Amino acid sequence: MDELKRTPLHDLHLSLGAKMVPFAGYEMPVQYTLGVMKEHLHTRARAGFFDVSHMGQVILRGEGAALALEALVPVSVAGLEEGRQRYGLFTNEDGGIEDDLMIANRGDHLFLVVNAACKEADVARLRAGLEPEGITVEYIEDRALFALQGPEAEAALAALNPAVADMLFMDVATVALAGAECWVSRSGYTGEDGFEISVPESAAVALAEALLAQEAVEPIGLGARDSLRLEAGLCLYGHDIDTTTTPAAAGLLWAIQKVRRADGDRAGGFPGAEKILAEIATGAAELRVGLKPEGRAPMREGVPLFEAEEGGESVGRITSGGFGPSVGGPVAMGYVPKAGATPGTRYYGEVRGKRLPVAVVPLPFVKQTYKR
Amino acid sequence: MKFTEEHEWLRVEDDLVVVGITAHAAEQLGDVVFVELPEAGATVSKDDEVVVIESVKAASDILAPLDGEIVEVNEAITEDPGKVNEDPEGDAWFFKMKIEDLSALDELMDEAAYKDFVG
Repeated sequence: MDELKRTPLHDLHLSLGAKMVPFAGYEMPVQYTLGVMKEHLHTRARAGFFDVSHMGQVILRGEGAALALEALVPVSVAGLEEGRQRYGLFTNEDGGIEDDLMIANRGDHLFLVVNAACKEADVARLRAGLEPEGITVEYIEDRALFALQGPEAEAALAALNPAVADMLFMDVATVALAGAECWVSRSGYTGEDGFEISVPESAAVALAEALLAQEAVEPIGLGARDSLRLEAGLCLYGHDIDTTTTPAAAGLLWAIQKVRRADGDRAGGFPGAEKILAEIATGAAELRVGLKPEGRAPMREGVPLFEAEEGGESVGRITSGGFGPSVGGPVAMGYVPKAGATPGTRYYGEVRGKRLPVAVVPLPFVKQTYKR
Repeated sequence: MKFTEEHEWLRVEDDLVVVGITAHAAEQLGDVVFVELPEAGATVSKDDEVVVIESVKAASDILAPLDGEIVEVNEAITEDPGKVNEDPEGDAWFFKMKIEDLSALDELMDEAAYKDFVG
């Protein structure tokens, strides 16, 4: 097995009492001394600091980079204004999802953030698709990536540079922080207002320390990152979406702008376009939904869903599930048949041989507090 | 107090064996969010899975430490699973067992041996 990689904050994590676990080839903090529950609640109440340096950062440069990228994603990249970011998907020929990503228009280049576990495949995909078009694909290995999330994130980051307070949800800007040029976006993965910050490795520790020195800010591990995004109804790649789930089934059609749909000016032209666009009209056979177990027992990934308390074949499955600290009970999401995807529909999840009731509910489980 | 390799503690009170999980186990599990206890009156054999405990991270089983009968369970921890983290070796006991011969506890670890066991 390859040795695990470390982020520039490794020693800081240890000094903060982090419990480190292997994740996507990195040694990452799963929790700190507060523990998952308190870290989660702290992020929703005040501000949480996350090291997400394991994620992939990529820059695309060259004339026509936005249009060229549109051959790989069903997203309007050419329509993305300078200083703005949007969510995107790499699709495959079967209409499935190879990864999800953030795409930012930073003027003379595009800045992408991709999932840690997929980053090598994504860079290869980008090189194969874009280099023949004269676009350069630069995989950035000398910058860390942080997230600062929660109602006090704005005040905490503005204490280092007040310019960030003017940013709105999905804005991106270059901001001086801790004496370094940082690439900041007003976005995140918790349902809370907040920022993601790409910082040069040389300034990473200083910036992390400047944020953590503030009374409102606590370090938050991957454990709470997962429960926060689950309550926010956000997909985790490899779990809620993968190479076999289509954008329509996953409830991600909002990420496919009109201009890329049938009858749009730049309709199709991405992998799996035929199937993906057809499904916009016909609907997918199954849909990703929020699922609320009626009892106290968490229903975790892999729990099969049945229509009846006894007998019958499994008709769906949980793809993410656990305890939602802000909800104060178990929460989950998963796939169910299209005909049975309306809120209030009851299924039975089989946990330890027992079928327990679980209801379809609207997502998210908590109100999103983005600054729009 | 006696200890098992499964990180349970056992304490004799009024000729019954009170069973819970150790502070070390509670710490390792993280925040406990769900506890399912056996029925009072159930007859159990050593190593039967009698309790399900779920933390924010994962589900684990608690095994019966000895043969015997479950005579009482602590419903307070199913109502408020967080008690298991707050007071694992006190108020957050799991169940009380009646066993035939209390000398069976002699074979279990004492506190010093358990401390060595968890390092």
